[in-house]
Amino acid sequence: MREHLPALQVVLPLVAAPLIVLARSPRFAWLAATAASYGALVAAVLLAAEVAAGGTVSYAIGSWPPPWGIEYRVDPLSAFVLVLVALTASLVAPYAERSIGAEIAADRRYLAYAMYCLCLAGLLGMVATGDAFNLFVFLEIASLATYVLIALGPQRRALLAAYQYMLMGTVGATFYVIGVGLLYLMTGTLNLADMAERLHDVQELRPVLAALAFITVGMGLKLALFPLHQWLPNAYACAPSMVSAFLAATATKVSVYVLLRYYYTVFDPWALFERLPTGEVLIALSVAAMLVASLVAVYEPDVKRLFAWSSVAQIGYITLGIGLDNQAGLTAALAHLLNHGIAKGAIFVLLGGVALRAGAGALGVADLAGLAARMPLTALGLAIAGLSLIGVPGTAGFVTKWYLVLGALERGLWWLVAVVVASSLLAAIYVWRVVEAAYLRPAPAGAGRGEAPAPMLAAAMAMAALCVYFGFETSFNVGAAREAADFLTRGLR
Amino acid sequence: MSDAGLLALCVLVPCAGALAVALLDRRPNLREAASLAAAAALVAAVAALVPPVLAGERPALKVLELLPGIALALELEPLGLLFALVASSLWFVSTIYSIGYMRGNDEPRQTRFYVCFALAIGAAIGVALAANLLTLYLFYEALTFVTWPLVTHHGDAEARRGGRTYLALLLATSMLFLLPAIAITWSLAGTLDFAPGGILGGRVEGWAAAGLAALYAFGIGKAALMPLHRWLPAAMVAPTPVSALLHAVAVVKAGVFCVLKVVLYVFGPGFGAQAFGWLPWVAGFTIVAASLVALRSDNLKRRLAYSTVSQLSYVVLAAALLTPLSLAGAALHIAAHAFGKITLFFAAGAVYTACGKTRVSELDGIGRHMPWTFAAFAIGALSMVGLPPAAGFASKWYIVGGALQAGHWAALAVIAASTLLNAGYLLPIVYRAFFVAPPAAVAAHGEAPASMVAAIAASAGLTVLFFFFADLPLALAARFAGA
Repeated sequence: MREHLPALQVVLPLVAAPLIVLARSPRFAWLAATAASYGALVAAVLLAAEVAAGGTVSYAIGSWPPPWGIEYRVDPLSAFVLVLVALTASLVAPYAERSIGAEIAADRRYLAYAMYCLCLAGLLGMVATGDAFNLFVFLEIASLATYVLIALGPQRRALLAAYQYMLMGTVGATFYVIGVGLLYLMTGTLNLADMAERLHDVQELRPVLAALAFITVGMGLKLALFPLHQWLPNAYACAPSMVSAFLAATATKVSVYVLLRYYYTVFDPWALFERLPTGEVLIALSVAAMLVASLVAVYEPDVKRLFAWSSVAQIGYITLGIGLDNQAGLTAALAHLLNHGIAKGAIFVLLGGVALRAGAGALGVADLAGLAARMPLTALGLAIAGLSLIGVPGTAGFVTKWYLVLGALERGLWWLVAVVVASSLLAAIYVWRVVEAAYLRPAPAGAGRGEAPAPMLAAAMAMAALCVYFGFETSFNVGAAREAADFLTRGLR
Repeated sequence: MSDAGLLALCVLVPCAGALAVALLDRRPNLREAASLAAAAALVAAVAALVPPVLAGERPALKVLELLPGIALALELEPLGLLFALVASSLWFVSTIYSIGYMRGNDEPRQTRFYVCFALAIGAAIGVALAANLLTLYLFYEALTFVTWPLVTHHGDAEARRGGRTYLALLLATSMLFLLPAIAITWSLAGTLDFAPGGILGGRVEGWAAAGLAALYAFGIGKAALMPLHRWLPAAMVAPTPVSALLHAVAVVKAGVFCVLKVVLYVFGPGFGAQAFGWLPWVAGFTIVAASLVALRSDNLKRRLAYSTVSQLSYVVLAAALLTPLSLAGAALHIAAHAFGKITLFFAAGAVYTACGKTRVSELDGIGRHMPWTFAAFAIGALSMVGLPPAAGFASKWYIVGGALQAGHWAALAVIAASTLLNAGYLLPIVYRAFFVAPPAAVAAHGEAPASMVAAIAASAGLTVLFFFFADLPLALAARFAGA
């Protein structure tokens, strides 16, 4: 059983999806989706332990040995991302019943769960696989499921948002597959490890460069790299709140993982960062994201869109860490995959609770007035997760900021230090708009009191608590991120 | 209990107090009893740490590894002990005062008030006990956030505006300047632990050193150096107990305390004198300019706030002179100013509670109605000016001695000028209260509620006692200054 773990964690949600469609009962669908999420989490944690103990795990699908068969390959980096995705899924799934029950018509609920399982399977598959084309397949499974999930949003605008994302996402996936095609042309293999070996002997570099460009732009679209982020605010704001929480914490993060995978284990990172302006381009785009998107968030009236813009800015932190191309920067980028995931997950779940109680479609910052009196725990959770977004010491977000500043100092980029702290100051402003409304504005007359349903609140508060926990006990987020960063940079220069 | 356990207790007692207060939401008398009990327990815990520190020990406690190579750790040295003693004893006094003030003015949200109050003291004690820069920064930022609900306590438009200025300036300075300064220190020195003699010596020179020093001096916004002082007058929208304990003692003293720690334990005595050579001038400017603003303010709390801005820069000035006497003076002034200024704020709050007056120009003859309050106010004013028999004399004496030791004539001139200015903006209030006839049409009123008068008498008494029995603060200050 143990040796089948790499495949098992993908197969569990993949099998759950058709079962849900066959059963058609919302109750069974929710149970199956939750069970699949927990199964995936158990498998991911066991795998991470195995990788930590014995190094990279390789699994040949159908016992066809790589590079001929499809290989699943779990190394310290993918183990870290697998745990992140499965952990988010396990925190979000239990509370989905109430949220989906309130936002989606009864006859479509089972579809939402089926799509959620497919999306989870796709994301886990993208991380676990060691095959370039198999990765594309999982990417499409996850993406198609995501389009449906967003389209299930409660407002009619959700259809438009899903359509917009579908156009952009399809372009991204197509670019990715063009890149893979070029690489296949030059190396004759689709196995990523094998591809890396063979790339050393490739004489003609132009197609390889083109492949690099296609993959970077394709994945840049999927991870909402500025200025390819246009789909994200609409998609996050219109999706059902459970979907927003799940996607914000996982989908863009997995695309970052794919980019890292290609940069560090397929291409030669030395050539990539020393001889090509990859680092400079990434830094420039990240800086633009951190400043521009944060500024937009400062002026955004709709709460969900505000935090969606914040996501674009926070993804800038991650890509900045990659662009810095040193140990500290990479640690920041990887740690922020988790740190931002839990903070944003908590926020979207809590906003889901607020929307559930308010019954309104769109939620403006002004609608949060008096939240501290109406829903004290929800307001507290928003404040804590918000502090983590700002990067206050004692929260997970601070860890990222600290390593980003160290990475920039190591490179001698003083102005970049100023940009990082300035962007966290902007984060303080947009977070404090919400906190001030919640704590200092009087509640409108006739506003109902009462917290969100207990399971939702528990999931959100668990994530908020993790924001604080990972701010003090950093051996998992920083420890695992450093290990993965070590793994990526080991013996490369 | 071991000394390390006591250290943990010092931070945990206020937090436990906050929890108890929150749980006793529905029972106000028990709730206030919990606040008082926590304050008393904190005083006891801090006092128990006095003998080992006087014996030359440095109780230390490593809580956990925050980041690889950087621990969340506590370590008690004489200056931290002095600060903790002042903050904890005045917490007790001001809790008695708060009970009278909050009930007398029928303030809303009292449970939240006491919870945040206790948490703020916990954060201030954390600052006092921090063993390294990151621990210090953690508690420093926590102090900003837990005092924000206190500043915005009234929740109206004015409070929101004040709260924004407060948070914006404190966060902007600490994020834009202090955090990069700490990161630069880490990348230069490879450690963030406070060490006698400093950790930066020889690793950075010339303009770069002065620049780093500037990042620290302005990054510690709570020290209220001009032009980054505006958060302090903005914080005066808070209920008076908050202005008294937090914005005359805990928060602002945490600021100058951090400056002292950085000057002495990060830069070190010899190197610090070079890097901070410019700081006496900025501090001197702040002392004089803030006094001038205070002179022109009719609002009593605003006048006191600018007086605080000015007095804080005494500590910064003394720290930057970096002679043994001036360092001892800086440490003493942290304590001495605290007792005097809290008395003044207590009196201002008592006036507001008794008759709703907030302006200096309304105080004609009020001393006849409130003799105890204004007798205490007079003692506080004497302490601010630096006259015996009040606490301010002792610290000013040492600071002047330090300026002479350093041969810094400009600093001496600033101290002389500001002494006159202090007298100019405080003593007329005393004169007005006792010797100007009250306006004819004034409703008769007496003193504020008894618990407030008791607290005012206690803090004024402490201000006088500090002058006569300064052995303990002097011993701690001397040990800190290495004299």
